[in-house]
Amino acid sequence: MIKTDVIIVGAGPVGLFAVHQLGIKGLKAVVIDNLDKVGGQCIELYPDKPIYDIPAVPECTGKQLTDRLMEQIKPFKTNFYLNERAGEVKANGDNWEVKTNNKNEFSAPNIIIAGGIGSFEPRKLSSKDAKKFEGKSIFYSVKNKNDFKNKNISIFGGGDSALDWALELSKFSNITLIHRRNEFRGAQHNLNEIKKLEKKGKISIKTPFQLTNIEGNEKIESITIKNDNDKTEKVKTDIILSFFGLVMKLGPIVEWGLNMDKKTILVNSNNFETNKKGIFAVGDICTYPGKLKLILSGFHEVALASVECFKRARPNEKYRFEFTTSSKIIKDRLRKK
Amino acid sequence: MPKITYKDNQGNSKTLEVKNGLSVMEGAIQNNVSGIDADCGGSMACATCHVYVEEKWLNKLPKAEDGEVDMIDMAFDPKKNSRLSCQITITDELDGLAVTTPEKQS
Repeated sequence: MIKTDVIIVGAGPVGLFAVHQLGIKGLKAVVIDNLDKVGGQCIELYPDKPIYDIPAVPECTGKQLTDRLMEQIKPFKTNFYLNERAGEVKANGDNWEVKTNNKNEFSAPNIIIAGGIGSFEPRKLSSKDAKKFEGKSIFYSVKNKNDFKNKNISIFGGGDSALDWALELSKFSNITLIHRRNEFRGAQHNLNEIKKLEKKGKISIKTPFQLTNIEGNEKIESITIKNDNDKTEKVKTDIILSFFGLVMKLGPIVEWGLNMDKKTILVNSNNFETNKKGIFAVGDICTYPGKLKLILSGFHEVALASVECFKRARPNEKYRFEFTTSSKIIKDRLRKK
Repeated sequence: MPKITYKDNQGNSKTLEVKNGLSVMEGAIQNNVSGIDADCGGSMACATCHVYVEEKWLNKLPKAEDGEVDMIDMAFDPKKNSRLSCQITITDELDGLAVTTPEKQS
């Protein structure tokens, strides 16, 4: 059991800024995120797209915003638990205990949910047989490429994940690359390589085709694909790799007993606490009258929530409001002279 | 105000008056039309406001930009008449537009 002052669920911009607001108040936090990197939607959905409404930052990309936040919270030496999803929560006295799907356990008087629109998960194939074969012959990521040697592999998708793996796995397997339109959105140099391998007969490209059926009982034997004109083809297949990006799912948080409004968590706008004492929700995942889903709103929300977190984590100390420009204690915490 | 018809894949349909300048997605969200999630809020980053546009309207819409078509790659069951409803801005010319939501959004 890892003890801390605040468990932050979600490493998007608001979760990262929470570390800062807690840190300058002398509180320790851990951050849990289901993605393999920090930044949340900023990194996963729009790393290169510009954002124009961060105060005093006329323009920055999702990646730049994330990098700057990481720099800003560096002094607090926070532990990040990435590739982990917060699972069940239970109360133990005044503390909350959170377990992750990686079997880490945390205990703290406060939880800040900065979960955006939920945790990112691979978008799965919709064919009803897809579930049956998932993890056996259908995969949404490649963990160990040796498992994909000397096979007939059908890869779905038009982005760089699909192209990268088609190139890599074509070194030792038969690859069919299937995409719903003739244009790929992956990098041009990847596409040039693919076209070269197609000419050599190492990769077969099927466009504009989509999956309609999976044949096989214990394991996949073949798949049927269909184009826009209802022309179907069978492709001999042992393994399907599907790269249709990520979707956001709220996941286990739905079971935490919090008052919800559709996919958002109801909070009060004084300190952004939910109906459970010590559990806060900030950023896109929370709602209250007048809520705007803006990064800057999330920053405000987490500043206020951090005050209540302090009161719960340090019940015997008095909270003193201080400015970073003038407080010696804050400057020490930020390692500034 | 232009009238927009939202149909679901079960054949249910709802016709609403939606203000010029709003997107077809916003018209749905503001009026609690189910079947359009719009997780990313209209930034063309999630493909959960995917709709099928009635054929006769398809040519009357401004062409989808690359980013939208790229995103539709990710949508559930994309077809030739697939669009992201957050990218269709309502104007008087679109009075009578009908869109159908897919079986699910993700």
